[in-house]
Amino acid sequence: MSTVPKLEIRNATKQFGSLVAVSNVSMVVQPGELRAVIGPNGAGKTTFFNLITGFFPPTSGEILLDGQTINHIPAAGRVKLGMGRTFQITEIFPELTVRENARIAVETGLGFSLRAWLNAADKKKVADASDEVMTMANLTSKADRLVGELSHGDQRSAEIAMALALKPTLLLLDEPTAGMGDEETFQVTGLIRRLHRDSKYTIVLIEHDMRVVFHLADTISVLAEGKLLAQGTPAEIAANEHVQNAYLGKAE
Amino acid sequence: MNETFLRRNLQPIVIWALLLTVPFWLPLFGGYTALAGRVLVFALAAMSFNMLLGFTGIMSFGHAAYFGLGAYGCGLFLKFVYASTPLAMLAGTLLGGIAGTLFGLLLVRRRGVYFAMVTIAFGQVCFYIAYKWDDLTGGYDGLRGFARAPIDLGLTKIDIQNNGTALYFFILLVFGVAAAAQGFVLRSPFGRTMLAIRENERRARFLGIPIEKHIWLSFSISCFFTALAGSLYALLNNFADPQGLTYVMSGNIVMITIMGGMRVFWGPLIGAVLFVALQDYVSSAWPTTWMGVVGVVFVSVVLFFPRGLMGMLQKRAGT
Repeated sequence: MSTVPKLEIRNATKQFGSLVAVSNVSMVVQPGELRAVIGPNGAGKTTFFNLITGFFPPTSGEILLDGQTINHIPAAGRVKLGMGRTFQITEIFPELTVRENARIAVETGLGFSLRAWLNAADKKKVADASDEVMTMANLTSKADRLVGELSHGDQRSAEIAMALALKPTLLLLDEPTAGMGDEETFQVTGLIRRLHRDSKYTIVLIEHDMRVVFHLADTISVLAEGKLLAQGTPAEIAANEHVQNAYLGKAE
Repeated sequence: MNETFLRRNLQPIVIWALLLTVPFWLPLFGGYTALAGRVLVFALAAMSFNMLLGFTGIMSFGHAAYFGLGAYGCGLFLKFVYASTPLAMLAGTLLGGIAGTLFGLLLVRRRGVYFAMVTIAFGQVCFYIAYKWDDLTGGYDGLRGFARAPIDLGLTKIDIQNNGTALYFFILLVFGVAAAAQGFVLRSPFGRTMLAIRENERRARFLGIPIEKHIWLSFSISCFFTALAGSLYALLNNFADPQGLTYVMSGNIVMITIMGGMRVFWGPLIGAVLFVALQDYVSSAWPTTWMGVVGVVFVSVVLFFPRGLMGMLQKRAGT
């Protein structure tokens, strides 16, 4: 227990008027962990994500990154602290090439976004970093194609590549395989596994596809109606009676 | 290497070759050099506007304000302050550019229709000021009584007042420098964040790009260039026109850009060629209905070439 958790949420609650979207949820994610957050539709998963990334502040509770409270830090500031995020609906720059998508992310990450020009050393730094994230996402062969023309799986990989370009220490992936066929799901799952196993990223992901969750996750948190229903290893969750009743047992 | 250089830069090479030889070939088509000057001025205004519409993805419907302020600033300087063409242009550019920069502060949180509406409103405010402030601006009749001063190069003077060809090349020089500067901005890391905002504002924000600041900056840059075009317009006509401040002028800038091809760097230049040619040739044939013809052409281009004439050419060429 000597290590500082990568991410800690203490009693987070988010109310929209009378609707309690997230109710008193606590969670601890250790460095290097891959945590899946699952739950039926409307369980508050995306709201929970938005609290972590600073899309809006919690009504009550505290969010800590590397042991420091980040409640007061807006979304852009959390990005600088090392939070990379992808969205449920793929958010990319569709009419730009993969390389340009990566390059914009890299330049922003390096703090060059207001520069009018780059010297040769900085240019090389940007080019190398762009190549690196494209390689990680397996997109090098498609570098000069428009992202909007790629398959859904490749678009998602491009989005993850952009998140990686900011050199995050914590990756938050909102339904990375949403709406994908088997082959694309396999592709994106492979990418996430590589990032977790080989590059040692701490990852929190929301996912609907149970095969993906049980395949990837070290630990699983189950949300239902805004509350934390259960938390544990995939085996524990699979055996948990409450979870089976609330979620797994029901047909999707 | 040489061949690929040619192929990759075919577009600018052809464009510059044509622009540099205008005085030789334009008369063959019944045109006159001042017409080419008009094309360049409108092209520069529309290219500046296109930095916002085509590259940042933001619709301003009041760019005539900065164009007109540039023209008035230039004219007022020549008339009341000092007879120097470059200084007058600087004055016009600063007037329009600074007005746009300050006004941009109020704009950056507006989006879409609201953004467009507020920009129209500001344009109309400028129009009424020019219209009402008779003593200074000449009111409805416009600002007269100033003339282009010769360009003093120390050893020699270039007479842009009486020599139409010299005036054309002077405008072309300013146009060229401004276009190069715009190209430089668009290729910079900052320019790429403009594209990012156009493509997906939410994504850009979550990359950590301060959206409002970047929109404000690109608005400001666009206004400075538009005001520069306006100051050239005052020089070209020896006249600043309050009509040039109204939404009609803003609409012309929008039409030129869309006909030529937004998102394409040289698109507005082609749009300006089409617009000025229509304006000149059709209005001499049908003085009262030429705007209708322009309208029909505009609608046809939008319907059949949604990416504009230049956008279509580029797609054909596969570049």
